[in-house]
Amino acid sequence: MTTHSQIAGNKFRTILLILLFMVIFFAFFYIAGLYFQDAYSLLIFGLLFAVISSIGSYFYSDRIVLAMSGAKSANKSDYFDFYTSVENMSIAAGLPIPKIYVIEDDSMNAFATGRNPKHAVVVATTGLLGKLDRAETEAVIAHEISHIKNYDVLIATVVAVLVGTLVFAADWMLRIRIFGGNNRENNGPLVAIVLLVSLILMPILATLMRLAISRNREYLADASGALLNRNPDALANALIKISGDNIPLQTASNATAHLFIENPFKSTSRNAKLISLFATHPPVEERVKRLREM
Amino acid sequence: MNTLTIVGIIVLGIIIYLIFSYNRFQVLKARIKEALSGIDVQLKRRIDLIPNLVSTVKGYAKHEKSVFENVTKARSQLMKAGSLEGKAEANNMLTDALKSLFAVAEAYPDLKASDNFKDLQRQLEDTEDKIAYSRQFYNANVLEYNTRIKTFPNNFIGKMFGFTEEPFFTATEEEKKSVKVEF
Repeated sequence: MTTHSQIAGNKFRTILLILLFMVIFFAFFYIAGLYFQDAYSLLIFGLLFAVISSIGSYFYSDRIVLAMSGAKSANKSDYFDFYTSVENMSIAAGLPIPKIYVIEDDSMNAFATGRNPKHAVVVATTGLLGKLDRAETEAVIAHEISHIKNYDVLIATVVAVLVGTLVFAADWMLRIRIFGGNNRENNGPLVAIVLLVSLILMPILATLMRLAISRNREYLADASGALLNRNPDALANALIKISGDNIPLQTASNATAHLFIENPFKSTSRNAKLISLFATHPPVEERVKRLREM
Repeated sequence: MNTLTIVGIIVLGIIIYLIFSYNRFQVLKARIKEALSGIDVQLKRRIDLIPNLVSTVKGYAKHEKSVFENVTKARSQLMKAGSLEGKAEANNMLTDALKSLFAVAEAYPDLKASDNFKDLQRQLEDTEDKIAYSRQFYNANVLEYNTRIKTFPNNFIGKMFGFTEEPFFTATEEEKKSVKVEF
């Protein structure tokens, strides 16, 4: 499939996934509302909690991630290829040039963050910059710049807030259910069973949806990046090099893992199918296959 | 609701759509203009690097006068160029003149080893990439605008307000010729 068709397909799939997610979200609170009088207020409280806990990370994602990862500002003379790659891909994307940082680490990885193009940051490890050639570096940067252009931090935050709301509300409802509370008396055991199943299953389902959306946006960043540097093979080669490299990133944590170009936690065992549902990134083989088709 | 109200709502809807569509055309057109000047920004970067390069090389190879003259002449041609094609041709002439300059520099090992020269050389190569990407971005904007002019229902609205297709940036005949590499 051509680059353009893949981009269109991925954008369409994002909309489908978000719609499906909204259906799950409202179904959950509808079912909850059948049993709990307070379901509406739980929705509001859950939303508030989730928003407040996400506000900090949304507005300061660039500074937080930089502090957590120990990144240092990269200057043009020391990192000419990296710096000019970021400049050139920004020109191709029509975006302002993001702040450019390096992490001194032997692992190969790169990420971009920032709530919008004006507050964006691109980071790469010295391991990656040392092992990729100019074209491959540029391809990785094109992928990262595409994340910025496609507002993926905003989308991920919105989805995380919605998942958070659902998870908070489900948690409270389970407590109320166990410890007794404001229940509507006129419902039979069927509703109780449906509710119990929902309270346990739907948060899991919501999390799976969030990860599905994350993987979908990764495919989109691959395709958008290819449209910027016009060299999908370079990204495919870079991904193969990165995935073959088994050194895990020292400063990665669960909170930042989804931002990286490849899963920074290298898995040693291969429970492929199960792990793939919970992965923030699609499998490298599939990404390479789609890139080679462009 | 009587028929008059319904007709009124439909007419209002159409007017609102026309406003949005017209504004969208103007936004896309403005982006094309900005992208066009973006190409000029990168050309200027190239123009600005030349005097430094010429003086650096002169420091080591004073007597290679013809080469310097060609580069300086090509530079001022580029500064004067007006149309999109004119600028492309002038830029190509500058690239050719620079090739001769770098070929001449091969004979001066001190110059080749100088950090200043090496840095200027890679910066100039980088400006060629930057010019290419800025042209690519210009084409991307033209693509979006031209697609909109041709697709339904905006093609009618476009015609109504007199919006016409914009040209893509294309390679000149010189650029399409295959490059001869001689050692």
